[in-house]
Amino acid sequence: MNRTTLPSLLSGILFGAGLALGGMTDPARVRGFLDLFGAWDPTLAFVMGGAVIVMAVAWRMVARMPQPWLAEAFHLPTRADLTPRLIGGAALFGMGWGIAGLCPGPGIAALVIEPMSAAVFVAAMLVGMAAVRLVEGTPA
Amino acid sequence: MTLPGYPEAAPLAGLAGGVLIGLAAAVMLLGLGRIAGVSGIAAKAAGLGGSGIARGGAWTFLIGLPLGALVVSLAQGGIAASFASAPVLVIAGLLVGIGTRLGSGCTSGHGVCGISRFSARSIVATLTFMAAGIATVAAMNALGLEVLP
Repeated sequence: MNRTTLPSLLSGILFGAGLALGGMTDPARVRGFLDLFGAWDPTLAFVMGGAVIVMAVAWRMVARMPQPWLAEAFHLPTRADLTPRLIGGAALFGMGWGIAGLCPGPGIAALVIEPMSAAVFVAAMLVGMAAVRLVEGTPA
Repeated sequence: MTLPGYPEAAPLAGLAGGVLIGLAAAVMLLGLGRIAGVSGIAAKAAGLGGSGIARGGAWTFLIGLPLGALVVSLAQGGIAASFASAPVLVIAGLLVGIGTRLGSGCTSGHGVCGISRFSARSIVATLTFMAAGIATVAAMNALGLEVLP
């Protein structure tokens, strides 16, 4: 236990509740959004829109904060380069997302909704992450 | 409330869920100064690199995800969900794991946190994974591949 533990837990609970409330723990709804040329279900766009609006406000607040409320400093991505790795990785992720209608957050949150299926997905996802780590080695 | 022409859509529930997700990411950002990117946090918890968040915080965030979903499930008397078969979930999970590490993030880190910050990398990544997801579903439909019950 340290002072990152409880805020992280609160963030996770809010996140998981939002995913479930927005229908994102149902792969059929996510695939419905991706089925743009079929029976399109726009719900995911409302979920992402709501989240982006709140976060846009948060980023405005960050610009005026010398440090986070509970930590010494902000640790934020600084890269701006568009690399083949970024685009290729996103494309592979999108394929997996489309195949099963699951991305990492809903996959983990769904462990309480359909435990066996979610566990299979999360385990395979971790194997995939480990494979990248194995091939690339531990970065310095 | 339904959207005209889209009887399946749940726009208000979606918006409410999205606001909760935004608040979750705001707690992580304003409180701890970190990006609430689930793939990076999951990699960190598993000891596979990823987020710079403390490992304990990574674990409590991840434990919170199903807890939050459980609260909604209890409040609503269950949540409808249909999942693909195990072999399909394995293929999808491997692609998601590999892709999110190579692509430095997923729907939460790039799609929510990055887009709201107008990050060029996140905008490109999100457009790419959405296009790939749409193309994948379209291709599977064209081939008659039904994966959900």
